[in-house]
Amino acid sequence: MTYRFIEEEATADIAFEAQGRDINELFLSAGDAVMNVMIDNLDAIEPHETRVIESENDALDLLLLELLQNLIYYKDAEQLLLRVADAQVSRLGDGWHLRAIARGERLDPARHLQRVDVKAVTLHNFRVEQLNGDWRAHVVLDI
Amino acid sequence: MALVRSLEKVADTVWELPVTYKDGMRVPARIFATEQLIKEMDEAVFDQISNVATLPGITKYAMCMPDGHSGYGFPIGGVAAMDLKTGVISPGGIGFDINCGMRLVTTNLSWDEVKPHLTRLVDRLYQRVPAGVGSTGFVKLTRDEFRTVIEQGSRWCVRNGYGRPEDLELTEENGCIAGADAAAVSEQAISRGINQIGTLGSGNHYLEIQVAAPENVFDRKVAGQFGVTIPNQVVVMFHCGSRGFGHQVASDSLQIFLKVMESKYGIRILDRELASAPINSPEGQRYFSAMKCALNMSFANRQVILHRVREVFSEVFGRSAEDLGMHMVYDVAHNTAKLERHLVNGEERELLVHRKGATRAFGPGMPGLPERYRDTGQPVIIGGSMETGSYLLVGIPEGAQSFYSTAHGSGRTMSRTKARKLWRGQTLQKDMEARGIYVRTTSFSGLAEEAGDAYKSIDEVVTATELAGLSRRVVRFIPVGNVKG
Repeated sequence: MTYRFIEEEATADIAFEAQGRDINELFLSAGDAVMNVMIDNLDAIEPHETRVIESENDALDLLLLELLQNLIYYKDAEQLLLRVADAQVSRLGDGWHLRAIARGERLDPARHLQRVDVKAVTLHNFRVEQLNGDWRAHVVLDI
Repeated sequence: MALVRSLEKVADTVWELPVTYKDGMRVPARIFATEQLIKEMDEAVFDQISNVATLPGITKYAMCMPDGHSGYGFPIGGVAAMDLKTGVISPGGIGFDINCGMRLVTTNLSWDEVKPHLTRLVDRLYQRVPAGVGSTGFVKLTRDEFRTVIEQGSRWCVRNGYGRPEDLELTEENGCIAGADAAAVSEQAISRGINQIGTLGSGNHYLEIQVAAPENVFDRKVAGQFGVTIPNQVVVMFHCGSRGFGHQVASDSLQIFLKVMESKYGIRILDRELASAPINSPEGQRYFSAMKCALNMSFANRQVILHRVREVFSEVFGRSAEDLGMHMVYDVAHNTAKLERHLVNGEERELLVHRKGATRAFGPGMPGLPERYRDTGQPVIIGGSMETGSYLLVGIPEGAQSFYSTAHGSGRTMSRTKARKLWRGQTLQKDMEARGIYVRTTSFSGLAEEAGDAYKSIDEVVTATELAGLSRRVVRFIPVGNVKG
């Protein structure tokens, strides 16, 4: 489960590339990348609360978009910092289905080192692809 | 960077990409910049602004302001005016942070009077105006009350004791744009925004105490009309938007537009962030109504922050905010789409003007300006980096060439990821304090990303707006205290 932030792209925002050995792992990596933009010390997020995120979409990349948007939603609506503990992506007819389990806790400024808030996941150069056996996602976040 | 192929110099500060630059361009793209700024622009700016030129209904030019830099869909600094019959509305032409904007407030205090209290002032502002990741404010509302706020904007605030009637007069659209319909907004958007009124946010959002040194007042008469009248006068400037509420409104519409854009309306785009719908379609109108709710939420957000700022100054100086001369100069958005009347080839037409990281800059005599600025033109507030300074400009008649639009800030030259590798927030904070700028922040890595050297020269950007005839400088402000999100 890995991700890297891209220096040469998105002058005002933050771009990252996430990677996974399979599609499920990719979703975990991308979720952590989004959370790591907001919180420097991800390990300080304790798994006290659980949220189940389910969605369906015709397009696989938009399924990832919905997962990441949900993480941002919970950060604002419930001040919850969530890490994706499990993601199951499966085919559903011609489209895709996601069931993800995210765990975390309310933001505590004393323990969670803040970086910058993420406003949204943009669709600019947004892509999910399989490359040399691995799954990769390229994402630009609005900051 | 080498200049891109086909970029033509039309005048010293006007550059053009002709319609032949890219397949599908309906109009040329025009970039307003000095030679220095155009060389500093990342190549994505030219790609993105020429993509904008392909949108249906775009009128005259796709334009980029002197602080332009790479964005998503539109570049930051992008301006596009759409014909109402044939044109589209595009959330990517406004930005996720709908009505991100600037508010400038005067005091009647000089720097000598404020200096002994600066640390306490900034510390109290830091405590009273929440900032940072997912921050929440003190205004507690039911969902129905929040729906009222997003339809009424700053008017709701003033009615509930968070401001004065004069604040409304000095806010674009009087702090309440007509046509906002809370029924067009998702429950998710309400959940994200309901607790965020009165909060700064993060990234490049800030609340700053600044000084107008006499040598930085370039037009004494207009400065006086804007309320900058005494030597080394202290002012307060802040920059923020519609918080999670606006971000969700934009995200919601993007998904909807993607579904109908091509299948229902035959619109093809070169970047999914340019997802659009015809202005007069049901989807377009619904987004327009929801977007206006976000405009109002942002006006309300800045109004409540102003209330807090006045409270803090009053507490620290033991005098009322009125007695301290805490009057608004103006509040202006730089992420919007608005219906405006402009001359196109000698004919007055109503257009939907998208401004993303671009400030409206109406010239003298234009409708929509507060009575007191009718003869001077609109105050334009340009936020610079926290280390270098900011500007107050004024709209001028020559601004008609850009649908009366100008820059909105310095514009970044370096990615956040690179900036945080180059600077350490704690060191930067100490360095700035040694240079006379006291900063409080929720995030040291966020502070490092905002280092002054990650931005273009604000002076060069403002020079470009003057030379290009987009706006004229009035006052330059020096930062002395900063609350950073």
